[in-house]
Amino acid sequence: MLEVRDLHASAGGREILKGVDLSVKAGEVHAIMGPNGSGKSTLAHVIAGRPGYVVTQGSVHYQGQDLLAMTPELRAREGVFLAFQYPVEIPGVSNVYFLKAALNAIRKHRGESELDAMDFLSLVKEKARLVDIDESLVKRPVNEGFSGGEKKRNEIFQMALLDPRLALLDETDSGLDIDALRVVAAGVNQLRRPERAMVLVTHYQRLLDYVVPDIVHVLLDGRIVKSGDKELARELEARGYEWLEAPAAP
Amino acid sequence: MTPVAQETDTYRADFEAFAAGRPASDPAWLRRQREEAMATFQERGFPTTADEEWRFTSVAPIARTAFRRPAPGEAAGVRSEDVTALGFGDGFGGPQIVFVDGRLARGLSSRIAEDGLQVGSLGDVLSRDPERLEPHLGRAVKAAAPPFAHLNAAFLEDGAYVFVPPGLVVEKPIHLVFLTSRGEGPAVTLSQPRTLVVAGRNSQARIVESHGGVPGASYFANAVTEILLEDGAALDHYQVQRESEAAFHAALTAVVQGRASRFRSHSFAFGGRIARHDVQQVFAGEGGECELNGLFAVAGEQHTDTHTVIDHAHPHCTSRELYKGILDGKARGVFVGRIVVREGASKTDAHQTNKNLLLSREALVDSLPQLQILASDVKCKHGSTTGQLDPAALFYLRSRGITEAAARSLLVSAFAGDVVGRVGIPALRAVLERHLQERLPGLRDREIQEAVL
Repeated sequence: MLEVRDLHASAGGREILKGVDLSVKAGEVHAIMGPNGSGKSTLAHVIAGRPGYVVTQGSVHYQGQDLLAMTPELRAREGVFLAFQYPVEIPGVSNVYFLKAALNAIRKHRGESELDAMDFLSLVKEKARLVDIDESLVKRPVNEGFSGGEKKRNEIFQMALLDPRLALLDETDSGLDIDALRVVAAGVNQLRRPERAMVLVTHYQRLLDYVVPDIVHVLLDGRIVKSGDKELARELEARGYEWLEAPAAP
Repeated sequence: MTPVAQETDTYRADFEAFAAGRPASDPAWLRRQREEAMATFQERGFPTTADEEWRFTSVAPIARTAFRRPAPGEAAGVRSEDVTALGFGDGFGGPQIVFVDGRLARGLSSRIAEDGLQVGSLGDVLSRDPERLEPHLGRAVKAAAPPFAHLNAAFLEDGAYVFVPPGLVVEKPIHLVFLTSRGEGPAVTLSQPRTLVVAGRNSQARIVESHGGVPGASYFANAVTEILLEDGAALDHYQVQRESEAAFHAALTAVVQGRASRFRSHSFAFGGRIARHDVQQVFAGEGGECELNGLFAVAGEQHTDTHTVIDHAHPHCTSRELYKGILDGKARGVFVGRIVVREGASKTDAHQTNKNLLLSREALVDSLPQLQILASDVKCKHGSTTGQLDPAALFYLRSRGITEAAARSLLVSAFAGDVVGRVGIPALRAVLERHLQERLPGLRDREIQEAVL
């Protein structure tokens, strides 16, 4: 579903990704781990299309299409979803109504009928239950005044609502207490599907106790230096990242 | 002879002809007031950017233009469709009075006189019962008012008159429409709308002033609105300025608030090539409340300038001011807000905020909040911010499938939302939202509109 080949990307003139290769198939859950500054979040943002990054080399293909040639909104309509590490507060914009516009744009793109207010609100009810988020919360301005945990739940709620094919979760576990982590993880697990791929970007192994990945990658200094199964995550937790020397630049 | 004098000389000549042609029924006090206003205008001339109050706004194009005041009856061809075309809505459920080139257009207006409420023409009152205007007319326009206000006063002959008798609560909004005609021949029309509002003791009313003209037409609309609130009166005043983008617009809203009165102003400036709005308010008694809300949204080569003065001349008064600016293209905006707390005006509580949003690299705004505090035991706060659309918010919305154009419009509309949201007349709010939509293409999507809180 997702083929990343020799991806180099920089921001502000500094190279952050230095040749990432990643292959994700439908139904798989991948975890990308690495210390701060290794390029994990950059990878997620480049895939989602955040302006400000320059891809200097390599390619990203999604369902056979050149993802890098698409606008962020087109990627979203094609089924790419990014759960933000720091969800943005947008005063004056209704969370639920902006999601209605987003969902209907995505549905229209897929050739599906648009949902009317009634159908949409019953969908909201259903998906809000999934992440145990208060319905009144999702109707407020986007993320405004939300606690850290509420913001993360709102991200997973949005993911459930928008029904993506490729979900990128950028440090969705960070800053959550254990109860919130369980709720978020349970939500993510319920969204695992044979036709959906997920990439979890995380600093700690903690989330992976609840959402068990198929493949774990270690990203160090802009490259994937090691891949393995879920045991690799435990090893990283026990030994840290130091034993994985970043390879010298070619 | 200085260039300024040359520029005002033609106005003097025009004034002499105008004054000579006025009927003998004009009261002496009014003739004197006009003379004084003309003398002040001529003495001060057109302001230049060397003048502190006009340092950000050059009116040289106005000074250079030869204007012509249309003769009465000249604009008789204006029809109700022309009024509708201005997009101010079909009234707001109350009386709607239309003025063309500053004169009452009787055929286009509904008038009202119920329970003593008077909404009609100043010219009518001047010819029938001028004495009732004498204590009020011209009172709020101080000598320090902008020169254009004196030019307006010099040629005062008609305008809108609203008198709300003591104790009356007027439920339906009063709509005053001022439109400038294209006039005849090549000369550029000068229209000088005038409004006098007298809100009696403990009365309550809402007034909407709409200003517009033929789209694309070049003209000068020079308006003065005087609002006198007697003790305990409550008045909401709305001003919607949608002049042609080739037009000049100057407006003074002069407000005098009696004891424990409450005044709320909502100013929306969308039009004009060069537009200047002065709001000059004064608390003339204790315990008053004043709220000034404003939004200007300009693009292209437009220049819009707002100067406000809130004068806490008495103790225990509260003022709240929120002005927001949205600037695109090469537009230029100015906000100068002055709050004066006079000696002895203790327990003053004043907040002022100006926030501006620049949508292009070439747009520019000058924001100068000013506090002048001469009293002790007061609470005053002011702040000003100017920024661009938050790129993080834009990406967030786009990452959910919203197009860039729609995301931008949504954020701009949300920015304007807290000023538009304070409009207490739903039909007017809808009109304003429509004006904003015209400027923000992405907002034509109904679902995007729904997302604006």
